[in-house]
Amino acid sequence: MTGRRTFLAAGGATIASIRTILPARAQAPQDVVLTNVSYDPTRELYRAIDDAFSKRWQESTGQKVTIRASHGGSGKQARSVIDGLQADVVTLALAADIDAIAREAKRLPADWQSRLPNNSAPYTSTIVFLVRKGNPKGIKDWPDLARQGVGVVTPNPKTSGGARWNYLAAWAFELDRTKGDQAAARKFVEAIYRNVSVLDSGARGATTTFAQRAVGDVLIAWENEAFLVQQEFGADKFDIVVPPFSILAEPPVALVDAVVDKRGTRKVAQAYLDFLYSPMGQKIIAQNFYRPFKPDAADPADLARFPKIRLTTIDQAFGGWTKAQAEHFADGAAFDQIYKPGRPVTR
Amino acid sequence: MHETALSESRTVRWGLIVIALGFLALFLVLPLIAVFAEALRRGVGVFVAAFADADTWAAIELTLLVAAIAVPLNLVFGLCAAWAVAKFAFPGRSLLITLIDLPFSISPVVSGLVYVLLFGAKGLLGPWLEDWDFKIVFAVPGIVLATIFVTFPFIARELIPLMQEQGTADEEAALTLGASGFRTFLTVTLPNVRWALLYGVLLCNARAMGEFGAVSVVSGHIRGLTNTMPLQVEILYNEYNFVAAFAVSSLLAGLAFVTLGAKSFLEWRHGDALAAIRRH
Repeated sequence: MTGRRTFLAAGGATIASIRTILPARAQAPQDVVLTNVSYDPTRELYRAIDDAFSKRWQESTGQKVTIRASHGGSGKQARSVIDGLQADVVTLALAADIDAIAREAKRLPADWQSRLPNNSAPYTSTIVFLVRKGNPKGIKDWPDLARQGVGVVTPNPKTSGGARWNYLAAWAFELDRTKGDQAAARKFVEAIYRNVSVLDSGARGATTTFAQRAVGDVLIAWENEAFLVQQEFGADKFDIVVPPFSILAEPPVALVDAVVDKRGTRKVAQAYLDFLYSPMGQKIIAQNFYRPFKPDAADPADLARFPKIRLTTIDQAFGGWTKAQAEHFADGAAFDQIYKPGRPVTR
Repeated sequence: MHETALSESRTVRWGLIVIALGFLALFLVLPLIAVFAEALRRGVGVFVAAFADADTWAAIELTLLVAAIAVPLNLVFGLCAAWAVAKFAFPGRSLLITLIDLPFSISPVVSGLVYVLLFGAKGLLGPWLEDWDFKIVFAVPGIVLATIFVTFPFIARELIPLMQEQGTADEEAALTLGASGFRTFLTVTLPNVRWALLYGVLLCNARAMGEFGAVSVVSGHIRGLTNTMPLQVEILYNEYNFVAAFAVSSLLAGLAFVTLGAKSFLEWRHGDALAAIRRH
């Protein structure tokens, strides 16, 4: 491979003569396969990204690249990578899950988040509500989810990234309303989880529970997921309710150094992540209902779909993911104390 | 007086039949019809198109490959174990029987996790495997291992009771007549159990193709690479591709029908031989 490349670089005339001698296939670089381990609702986004990227990569390098995708609850996916799932890149729901891979398996450096722009988040999203058509329960804001008799669907924060954003958005709302009363926020979130009857392991599972199996009155969902449900099931079945206040979700992406170096895929994997930040990548991102990091490249019609919401961030409200993860989702932390298993069904 | 004591009244008999059939219809036939109805909801064209997807094909191929490895291995293992347990008395025999039953009593999720704990990167043998660049979990070998684990009681469990019942008289006769041990096995033991063996293989095959839990844990869910048919069904369902999900489900159900059909055909074809051995 390398030998041939230096040989080719030797001079234009040689290249021309080799081209005529060697069959075309022998010249094309070897096909390459990238594995992207991602979270649940990005299935449609990455199908579009993968198609566009492999086309562009083949045009510019002549190499055929196939991207293999794996989707699931963000925490579960991180666990699989720690256990040895060979991901060239991880595109997960929140930084804490990639932190876990860096910490537990040392597959990428601890400072991975500073390697790409915008804290390695090429797109952001937020948390909104999806309700049945006509909003029969009159759900408008977070306190409506804590009302008695409202069935709430949200996934399990232990395995799902989206579920952690959902939980923290509710907590942040009450913190904001009470000007920082942690005890009140805890009581508020507890009241919401009392209304939760099913905890799916990932966001997509929760969506099908709500949309296909018709469980519950309101789905706490990624904004992109809520739009997608409307697109898939028809706007006449569900309404999106945008609360006046929510959280800015930043799903990050990262190269898994240990894997790309072993497989020799660093260059193409890096190009794949860079493509997410390119104008074309940003455009595809907006098409798929994610908020692009650089909106200039996106179609204004796509951008117009995103409602203006007052958004807090994980750093403002919780002092970063490391702290939030430890205080809320670690074993025996706030979520475990709030959510009493046995009563509702956990799946 | 005598007659009524021995046979139930008409109402009871009919009542029992209706309950049994109603139960079957509700829990077996209805869901099966639902699977096929959902798969064909948008017509045959869409149904067929579901199989044009490369990832779905890869899942079908992987499922058949896994069954093709797991079933023969379990056939050999099942025969050996059943032979040892039924024909010989040795210390630890009842322990072996208990161990063979273990996969039945363990949740498939645990069966999968065992392999992750053993061969995962953080597992007991993980670092060593990584040095040798040999992948077990999140790759095909792990899926095969998990499937073997989950399905290995099927054949042994079919054979053991029959072999025990048959005793060792035939084999002893063959041996006294001068047959070698291997010849005895091939011409006496094996023909005696061939029906039970066939049932075991069919059941084992059905489970090997249908296993979800254990395989889900060790798969890693990489599209076109480590998804078996049941996992592909879940993925398609989760992607709002309901017709394709049910199309693949109906193919799985179809494979089960083929298995059952093969069993019924052989039963019909060799009914006499079967009656002579009097099982099932």
